[in-house]
Amino acid sequence: MTRFTFLVAGLLACGAAWAAPQDLLQSLAVQARQENTRFQSFSASRGEQLYHAKQLHSSGKTLSCASCHTDSPKALGRHAKTGKEILPLAPAANHERFADSAKAEKWFKRNCQDVLERACTAQEKGDFLSYLLSIK
Amino acid sequence: MKQSLIILTLLLSGAAWADGNTSLAPATSNLKWKNECSACHMAYPPALLPERSWRKMMAGLESHFGQDASLDALTAKEITAFLVNNSAERAGNKRAKKVLGALGPDEAPLRISETAWFVREHEEVSPQVWKRPKIGSPANCNACHQGAEQGNYSEHQIRIPR
Repeated sequence: MTRFTFLVAGLLACGAAWAAPQDLLQSLAVQARQENTRFQSFSASRGEQLYHAKQLHSSGKTLSCASCHTDSPKALGRHAKTGKEILPLAPAANHERFADSAKAEKWFKRNCQDVLERACTAQEKGDFLSYLLSIK
Repeated sequence: MKQSLIILTLLLSGAAWADGNTSLAPATSNLKWKNECSACHMAYPPALLPERSWRKMMAGLESHFGQDASLDALTAKEITAFLVNNSAERAGNKRAKKVLGALGPDEAPLRISETAWFVREHEEVSPQVWKRPKIGSPANCNACHQGAEQGNYSEHQIRIPR
């Protein structure tokens, strides 16, 4: 009985952790619809383009998400300025990613500003997350 | 028994003495300070800058050395209070007093490495050494100070990478 309870609790805990990126995706879809009445769906391939797109920053540097997170979101990254190690971005390689939506929004705000010099739309964030979730 | 108690007391007071004189770790830590600041770099000892520097830093997180490090208002408030409570004025250790003594009354540096105390302490380090790939810049304390993350900047814990 106790073993069974533990098993159920364990499965529920795993389920909750894995459901979180999907929850964030759903709330991004709600926001995307509010931002654009013609919103249809998120696209992993558009997200992939956004991830790799090189931006000419006003500082003169060319930046992309890959500048810190490397060409593979499954790999360990490195902060472009401080050199500090960054854990992989893809949930398949790091199950804590996007499990906390407040943390995810904090980093979207910072990194969109640092790379694109503007806020990202909900469409862009959803595309981006869809791409990361498509990586197995 | 009595003898071992005496030895233990001596050891403990020795540890406390050493700690009070050399450790730059805050007396009690703060989880939000540790987690938020160390997301991108080492969580630098609050005792190495005065209160006015920390307040200025925390008021400008949207452009933190050229990067957006903004926090939600509640987290920012908690971290500011922690930094102020452990700043050079309040830390009360020997190094903190030296940092403060070397600053002008209105000086509010944002980089620890720009304080007169830091410059003096590192004057024998040549520009070429700072630029070594394993060091990078004076912001990277733990490249040479092996115990930096624990607040230990003792001379005995320095290993300068080649």
